[in-house]
Amino acid sequence: MTTTVEKTFNIFDILIGTKGEEDFGKKPVIIQGMTGSYGSTHTRLMKAYGTNIPAGVTPGKGGQIFEDIPIYNTMSEAVGATGAQISGIFVPAPFFLKAAVEAIDSGIKLLVAIPEHIPIRDAIKVLEYARRKDARMIGPNTPGVIVPEVMKVGIMPAQPFKAGTTVVFSRSGTLMYDVSYNLTSKGYGQRLCLGIGGDPINGTNLIEAFDLVRDRDDVESIVVVGEIGGDAEEQLAQYIISTNFTKPVIAYIAGRAAPKEKRMGHAGAIVYGNYGSAESKVTNYAKANVPVAKRPAEVPELLAKKLRM
Amino acid sequence: MRLLEYQGKELFDEFGIRVPRSHLAHTVQEAREGGNKLGYPLVIKSQLTVGGRGKAGAILKCKNEVELEPKFNELLHKEVKGELPRGILLEEMADIKRELYVSLFLNRSKRCYSLISSAEGGIDIESAGSKVMVDVPIDGLTSQQAEETANKLGLDGETVISFVDFTTKLSKIVNEKEAELAEINPVAILQDGSFMALDAKVIIDDNAMFRHPELKKYEHISELEKQAEVSGFSLVELDGNIAIIGNGAGLVMSTLDMVSDAGGRAGAFLDFGGRATTETIYDALKVISKIKKVEAILVNLFGGIVRTNLVAQAILDAYNNNLMNVPVFARISGADSEKAREMLQGSKAKLYNTVEEAIQSAVSTLKNSRGSA
Repeated sequence: MTTTVEKTFNIFDILIGTKGEEDFGKKPVIIQGMTGSYGSTHTRLMKAYGTNIPAGVTPGKGGQIFEDIPIYNTMSEAVGATGAQISGIFVPAPFFLKAAVEAIDSGIKLLVAIPEHIPIRDAIKVLEYARRKDARMIGPNTPGVIVPEVMKVGIMPAQPFKAGTTVVFSRSGTLMYDVSYNLTSKGYGQRLCLGIGGDPINGTNLIEAFDLVRDRDDVESIVVVGEIGGDAEEQLAQYIISTNFTKPVIAYIAGRAAPKEKRMGHAGAIVYGNYGSAESKVTNYAKANVPVAKRPAEVPELLAKKLRM
Repeated sequence: MRLLEYQGKELFDEFGIRVPRSHLAHTVQEAREGGNKLGYPLVIKSQLTVGGRGKAGAILKCKNEVELEPKFNELLHKEVKGELPRGILLEEMADIKRELYVSLFLNRSKRCYSLISSAEGGIDIESAGSKVMVDVPIDGLTSQQAEETANKLGLDGETVISFVDFTTKLSKIVNEKEAELAEINPVAILQDGSFMALDAKVIIDDNAMFRHPELKKYEHISELEKQAEVSGFSLVELDGNIAIIGNGAGLVMSTLDMVSDAGGRAGAFLDFGGRATTETIYDALKVISKIKKVEAILVNLFGGIVRTNLVAQAILDAYNNNLMNVPVFARISGADSEKAREMLQGSKAKLYNTVEEAIQSAVSTLKNSRGSA
């Protein structure tokens, strides 16, 4: 059984703070790898969306300015100057381990690990280090996290998302956009959309993600976008049953028609025997009374039905 | 990357884990040489990247040279789950007292490595009666953990020492070569109490390959996969005739499911990742054009950053340069879709508002062309 998270971690406090705070909705976010092509494109887009980005880090480029944002050589300088607790990591995979450890050492409490192709051992090392230092990682290989109409740390486009009371957790990036777009177009806005990541190791797994919202009054329902590979959905179903999770949950699972023992684009999307298969996930969700949509467009229909019940 | 058995055993040998004397053969001539070198009886095993070869009859015993040639030829041409062997491994028969199961694997739900072992070898581990599992620290299995596991398995005396030696070496391989899995089923305990790996299933973390140039020689990807990899695409070839292209693994998988639900059969899965430029789409179409069985291409793009007209341009370029001639059915949610629609008018490509419509159209077009042929 997966260990559940310390209840003290409040992602909404970290991401947007509490009403009345001077910097409510404007919590500082540092972008590591800001001057790279990916980092720079998305720094502009995040800023345009409303994210407060007072500093960037690129070793060797300290002193430069990008889009009015000062660049620092090290995380400790950037954190020292801004007091940020959030870092968006946009460095290439081979530099991820070093960048993440540096961020944690500088006092960062929430790492949003965007890059794909992170070696498994590096992800485990960062995860273990983060636990020791009371920090949390989202990802790697995640589109990031968005509080619609407030801020985002990640690479998701703005259009699919709208403020509301549904939460979307997704193991896939584009499907998070597609499903959120479907929800939005049927009137179900989102309070939070968070990419779990497409890798075998997730800094924040589905159960921990559920813990983040289970006691929140501003969250009415949850949509989980899963895919083949691993047993995250099976564990989640068990969690929903054993902890008596009462908020309505709708699921979608991609990869029903995928062949076995083939990696389907994501490092984590691979079925061995029955382990990781869509059938196993659907069966377990059924036990937890979680309806599974056949296609992204069916998600809002199932949600509407569930909310009427 | 899943290593073939003989490749895994090369790694084992390098790290001091004992393996049977063996000889890799691709031809009958090489097999005869191997037989002469190893002596009889021996066992011959298809080298495959898929599991279940024992059940499929791709492991055979040969009592003598007379038996070797026909059995070798049989294996050479035997497909297992659609895969032909990449060589046949000839091995000496070990003098086995008993068998164990040992596997060190990435435990995804616990987010660490775990060692699972059983006192019954050569079985399906799912159904094994007595299993011992222990979580392995990131720096490797400790001798104490290995010893405790051996005791729980009911081993005694010399075999405990052999078990500790065997499993700590296995852990060293997993750490140093960055494997996701090192499974040995079965491990033989020989008459003299020493351990021998009779099989090897090793999967290396693809994302760590940049740190392991020494493992490059084990890569066995097709020209097409290589081309896809260079462009940063994920490609999986499938059995059908509809190629599916999209931005994001989940989205392409989802499209694959819907194609299958609509009665279509996918011939390729191609995820070209985050960037939808004219060049990336063109390169993706180029890769797909090399797959001869593809009769239609389904494009599913989602994301606000996608410029629809750029995608349309890439499709037109592909037709104009005679890269391909098959119809394209596209759902592209993004800016400038009206313009893209105009651009594609008169070509074999068509834009649809929803992916469901694009799929319906692709599947029925293929069905009709089949009917009129």
